[in-house]
Amino acid sequence: MSITVKDVEHVANLARLELSEAEKEQFAGQLNAILEYAEKLNELNTEGIEPTSHVLPLYNVMREDEVRPSLPAEKALSNAPEEEDGHFKVPAVLE
Amino acid sequence: MSLFDLRLSELHNRLHHKEVSVSELVEASLKRIEETDGKIGAFLTLDEAGAKKRASELDGWTGERGLLFGLPAGIKDNIVTEGLRTTCASKFLANYDPIYDAGVVGKLRDAQAVTIGKLNMDEFAMGGSNENSAFRPVRNPWDTERVPGGSSGGSAASVAAGQVYFALGSDTGGSIRQPAAYCGVVGLKPTYGLVSRYGLVAFASSLDQIGPIAKNVEDAAFVLQAIAGHDARDSTSANVDIPDYSAALTGDVKGLRIAVPKEYFGPGIDPQVKERVLEALKVYESMGAVWEEVSLPHTEYAVATYYLLASSEASSNLARFDGVRYGVRADNPANLLDLYRRSRSEGFGPEVKRRIMLGTYALSSGYYDAYYKKAQQVRTLIKRDFDQVFEKFDVVVSPTAPTPAFRLGAQVDDPLTMYMNDICTIPASLAGVPAISIPCGLADGLPVGLQIIGKPFDEATVLRAAHAFEGQTEHHKLRPAL
Repeated sequence: MSITVKDVEHVANLARLELSEAEKEQFAGQLNAILEYAEKLNELNTEGIEPTSHVLPLYNVMREDEVRPSLPAEKALSNAPEEEDGHFKVPAVLE
Repeated sequence: MSLFDLRLSELHNRLHHKEVSVSELVEASLKRIEETDGKIGAFLTLDEAGAKKRASELDGWTGERGLLFGLPAGIKDNIVTEGLRTTCASKFLANYDPIYDAGVVGKLRDAQAVTIGKLNMDEFAMGGSNENSAFRPVRNPWDTERVPGGSSGGSAASVAAGQVYFALGSDTGGSIRQPAAYCGVVGLKPTYGLVSRYGLVAFASSLDQIGPIAKNVEDAAFVLQAIAGHDARDSTSANVDIPDYSAALTGDVKGLRIAVPKEYFGPGIDPQVKERVLEALKVYESMGAVWEEVSLPHTEYAVATYYLLASSEASSNLARFDGVRYGVRADNPANLLDLYRRSRSEGFGPEVKRRIMLGTYALSSGYYDAYYKKAQQVRTLIKRDFDQVFEKFDVVVSPTAPTPAFRLGAQVDDPLTMYMNDICTIPASLAGVPAISIPCGLADGLPVGLQIIGKPFDEATVLRAAHAFEGQTEHHKLRPAL
C-alpha cells in the first residue's frame, strides 16, 4: 500500500490542515516510509490479544455531581483571539 | 565549590543556618543564566521579578520549611503556569498566558521551590533533539554543536549548565530520560499515574508523565517526593500511598536482581555506550547485586507501536488548537473551516503536522484496525514482556540511548532515523513502568546514560539502585566546561 498526494489531501482535510504542494509531496514520502516500517507489526499474530489503551487498572472514575467554583467568563476569555459580549467570536457559520 | 554543586540536603542545612539566603540562590541562578544561556538557549521565558519577589518572601518565612524550600527551579514549557507565558515551544501558543496552575506547579509552590522560568523543548514535546522548537534549538552544554536531546532538552541542558537546581520535564517516549543521558544529568520518568497530568498540555495522554531532572539521584528523589500523589483533577491519577523515597536510598543493593535485556544491545548501539553499561554492571556486581541476560522479545516492535499510538493520541489531543479560544488565529478567514485550517497550518511546525497526519491516517476509516488497534495489541505484548521479567527480577538495566548526543542538523531530514533514538526508552513508556537515566561515564567526551527500569510504582527500588551506583562512582560529578 502506498500513500498518494490525494490520500495526503484527504487526511489533511480530516485534520483541518492546509498544506502547500511541497508539504504534500514531502508528507506522502515520509508517511510512506513510516507506515512501511509500521508494517513490521504484521509479523506478530495478535489474534485474541486484548488491546491496551492505558496501563492503569482504573475504570470510570466517578465523582458526586456537586456545584463547584468555575472560571469567571472574563478569565476564560482572556486568551481569546476575538470576543464579543462575553463570548468567543468566530466567522458566521450559517450564510 | 559553587552553590550549585551542593546536594539539596547540604543546601537545606546552609539555608537553615542562614549561611546563604534564598535571594542569594536566586541571584546566582539568574546570573548563571545570563552568563550561559546565550550559548545554550534553555529558557523561553524568565520570571525574574516573580522569582525575586518569591525569594524575599521565603527569606522572611519563619514557619516550617517545605521540602524544596528556596530552590531555583525551571519548568518545561508544556506545564501551565498561571499568568506566566506557556508556549509549548510552538508559534501557535506564542502569546498564551495560562489562567491556572498545573497540579505539579501547585505542588512545587507548596514545597516552597522558586520558579525561575519556562524551559525550551521540542514543539508540543514532539522530538528527540530540541530542533523542533519553533523559537530556537537548545544546545548541549557539553558541546554546543550537539543537540541536548529532547523533548525536555531545555530542562536537561539547564540543569547540566548549573542554571537551576532542578527542572521538571515530561516524558512520553523518553523525553526526560534521553536528554538527561545526553546532558549527563539524572532524569526520572515515574510510573504512569504517579504524578498528576493536570495542566500538562497533552501530547499522548496514555503515555505522558511529568518527572524530575536533577544533578544527582538524591535530589531527584526529593523532587519526586514533592510532586507525586493523587490529584482528583486528573482522571488517570493513581490513588496509591507515596513512600518516603529518601529513606529508600540506603546504598545497599546486595542481592538486587538485575535483568539485562539482550535486545537493548543490538547493532544500533554505539560500542562505547555498550562498554559503559557493561562497566556499570561490574560496579553492581562488586556491590553484591546479581545480573543475568534476559529477553524482552517484543522490543523490536516498540518503536512502530509507539509512533502509531502516540501520533493517534496527538492527532486527537491537538484538535483543541483551533484558533477560537486561545492561540493564533489566521487573518481574515473566509469562513469557520478556513479559520481552523489556516490557523493550524500557520501555527504548527513540520514535525507536529507530520504526527497529526500520521495519527489522523491511522485512526481514519478503514485503517483503524490495521494500525491503531494492532498497535494497542502489540502494546499488551510489550507490557507482558516486562511483567514476566519482573516476576524474577527487581530492575531492568540498559543503555538510555543508543548513542551519545549527535550534531545539530544531522537527522532533521530523516524522521525515521530520529525516531530510532528512542528505541531504549519507548518500551518502558508503553508498559507504563518507572525508569531513570543516570550518568555512567563518557564516550569521546560526551555523557552516556544508564537506564534503570522498575516495577509499577516501585520508584523506591529504582532510586535505591541508581543511588547506590552513584555512591560508588564519580560520573555524576562531571560538569561540562562552559
